[in-house]
Amino acid sequence: MNNKHIYILAALLTAFSIGLFVYKAKVLGFPVRPQQQTTIWNIEAALRFHPGPAAVKATLRIPSLTPGYSIFDENFISRGFGVTTSSAPAGREAQWSVRQASGPQTMYYRAIVYRDDTRLAQDTTPPFPSPPELDEASQVALEALIAEVRRQSADVASFTVQLLRRINQGDQDPYVRVFLRRSDMPTDSAQLATLFLAGAQIPARVAHGIFLRSAPGPVQPESILEVHDGVQWLYFNPRTLQQGLPPNFLIWWRGDEPIAEVEGGFDLEVTLGVQESLLPAMAVAERRAEASGSHAVDFSLFALPIATQAVYRVLLMVPIGALMIVLLRNFVGVKTFGTFMPVLIALAFRETRLVWGIVLFAVIVSLGLLIRFYLEKLRLLLVPRLTCVLTVVVLLMVAISILSEKLGLQPGLSIALFPMVILAMTIERMSIVWEERGASEAIQEGVGSVLVAAIAYVVMGIAWLEHLVFVFPELLLLVVVATLLAGRYTGYRLLELRRFKGVLPEYTPQ
Amino acid sequence: MFGRARRLAAEGVLGLNKRNRDYILRFNPRSRYPLVDDKLLSKQLAIQAGIAVPPLYGVIRTQHDIRLLPDMVRDHPQFVLKPAHGSAGDGIVVIAGRSGARYRTISGVLLDFEQLSHHISNAINGQFSLGGVQDVVIVEYMVQFLPVFESLSYQGVPDVRIIVFRGYPVMAMVRLPTRASGGKANLHQGAVGAGIDLATGVTLDGVLGTEVITHHPDTMNPIAGVQVPQWDTILEIAARCYELSGLGYIGVDIVLDRQYGPLVLELNARPGLAIQVANRQGLLRRLQICEERADFNAHYKERVAFSKREFKHPVKGCCQS
Ligand SMILES: Nc1ncnc2c1ncn2[C@@H]1O[C@H](COP(=O)(O)OP(=O)(O)O)[C@@H](O)[C@H]1O
Ligand SMILES: [Mg+2]
Repeated sequence: MNNKHIYILAALLTAFSIGLFVYKAKVLGFPVRPQQQTTIWNIEAALRFHPGPAAVKATLRIPSLTPGYSIFDENFISRGFGVTTSSAPAGREAQWSVRQASGPQTMYYRAIVYRDDTRLAQDTTPPFPSPPELDEASQVALEALIAEVRRQSADVASFTVQLLRRINQGDQDPYVRVFLRRSDMPTDSAQLATLFLAGAQIPARVAHGIFLRSAPGPVQPESILEVHDGVQWLYFNPRTLQQGLPPNFLIWWRGDEPIAEVEGGFDLEVTLGVQESLLPAMAVAERRAEASGSHAVDFSLFALPIATQAVYRVLLMVPIGALMIVLLRNFVGVKTFGTFMPVLIALAFRETRLVWGIVLFAVIVSLGLLIRFYLEKLRLLLVPRLTCVLTVVVLLMVAISILSEKLGLQPGLSIALFPMVILAMTIERMSIVWEERGASEAIQEGVGSVLVAAIAYVVMGIAWLEHLVFVFPELLLLVVVATLLAGRYTGYRLLELRRFKGVLPEYTPQ
Repeated sequence: MFGRARRLAAEGVLGLNKRNRDYILRFNPRSRYPLVDDKLLSKQLAIQAGIAVPPLYGVIRTQHDIRLLPDMVRDHPQFVLKPAHGSAGDGIVVIAGRSGARYRTISGVLLDFEQLSHHISNAINGQFSLGGVQDVVIVEYMVQFLPVFESLSYQGVPDVRIIVFRGYPVMAMVRLPTRASGGKANLHQGAVGAGIDLATGVTLDGVLGTEVITHHPDTMNPIAGVQVPQWDTILEIAARCYELSGLGYIGVDIVLDRQYGPLVLELNARPGLAIQVANRQGLLRRLQICEERADFNAHYKERVAFSKREFKHPVKGCCQS
């Protein structure tokens, strides 16, 4: 195992860890900062109508293919109606039906959408449209119009723009005029364009949608022309001729039909509304990962029950604390009782807070030591003595809790979270060091342990770090990398610089 | 800070991290650790190899065996109790005589049999062993140390510590008990370490804690200039401990007994680094000289000759780290 091996391993682990981190953060949108929020929009369609005497069936077209946006959640609200959703050629439809209804009826469709750039129009390339069936005169006008527009354009996009421009000229255009005069032709310019484009063998359709504004309130649906150039869908605003999908435009439904229809009812009125709000970024990221078929969420800690998650929030910080121990022991040279004892103490400090934690620790250890010295006089066997110290520690904890309750000192109660076995072992070890190597060594190591615990506590308490390792546990691989590298460190420890000063030639003995 | 580190590196000072990774992990196979961690086992191995150790009076293996102690030491007013897996001097009781039914330790404390058996039972239960595993207690001869270091010790037995690298003695010091160390020769308990010129066996200045000192803190005598007797024999014993243990980087503790001459007290697979301060020399330079020029298959006499030649104090030469 030479250094190269370690470096390659470290590089691989780092690359994997950072790679996964970047993928989750950038592509899936996992929040890098705690309490990060994502903007979402609540959209709503309200249908109002008066029912007739017989069965009523109301149909609402609802969003399905929404480039740039994903649906987080949706629901249907009505009184007494059965609701079904189905996919229609123009998208999805919701149908409310009831045998009999009386009085004005209102039903709602509500959904939450969020921005999702990974979502493109995913439908397949459409077939060539069949040419429109027209009478002789219109047919001639159509062909002439197409021929002329084609001459002035280079590709599908410029063809469409040119065509729209002529349609917008209306009566002034000699060819378009032919169509506008006819009563069976659509008056909407986007719909008219699809007809012409069909004549030119270019697939096109009209999409209707709303602008997601930040100000709440009702919105009017607007239409946009979708044209397929053989590779992808292009979007055109039929009035402004602007190409491209406006960033805040949510496509609601497609086709020539209105957004809603009612059978067996009358006076149908549809209002659309939108309201912007914020949602925890993690909730949205989860849904996005789910939608994109990524397993990142299935294998994330968010898949666990909440109670287990809470445990892992703490556990995942233990390696970070242990890393602090590595640094303090191998790079600084601090002595502690037991290798990882300070991390466990630091975990207890999370509940007690630092100052109280240190006070309580000092109180328990000193009282425990006093009792341990007394036990020494009784000459007990080792294991019974350890058990005795442990029991005394538990009793001390109880006593401190009760006392602090009586005195109204809230933090005293959290002493129950101290790891009592660790405390008992610490007391035992400390008393042995005390006897064998003197009080100063014992106190020195005791202070060292508390110091390391305090540092570990402070680092483990960084909320941002806690959030990072919880949402991106793969970052702990960086801790592995750090330990791999630290394990190969052969330089001096900080305290050794003082310890070995006597070797230096310029040093003069006392 | 970095300046200090650079100067220490230039002096070839070995730090704990480098000792652990480049020497202990590399040259001390795990499987051989039990030989040195178990003092009873290393004692038996040494006896087999013909290396002198303090004679064994008996072994106390169970709680039940404790009552055999008076029998074991009936003919030996002086003896030593030592947990086989103890380290750093923990748990060792040196009994220097009796006072009626009671035992007198070397520091003058009187212990009755009950106190002694409590101590032994603690030791058997693993109070002094790593990880608290069950242990046995060795009862052995108490070394009668030669009066050479009398002027330099406060009670107790001074011992010679030699670092042996793949069979080559590379650095030596004598550890002198002080009042603070309670008669024990362990540096972190407050004993003084005095460097020894490997070529001649004459002492150099000493170290107490991290401070270099020239006079013993209790006896006030100068530390440097004392000739360690039977120096060649000591070096040879140390060199042979390499074959005995199979460990490439060890500290060999040797005491000088009036009756038996140099005796191996214990082998240490993780010898401390304070020896560098006692010698005011870095270990790395000497280790590198060995790695560059020594023949690791040589006979122990040749190895001792090499060490005496190469490591005459002060060893010069540059150090690559
Ligand atoms: N047989 C003995 N006679 C006298 N003193 C001893 C004996 N064995 C150990 N000691 C004392 O105890 C100290 C530590 O003993 P040692 O065998 O080196 O164990 P450790 O591994 O604990 O250092 C020695 O330096 C010495 O002072
Ligand atoms: Mg020793």
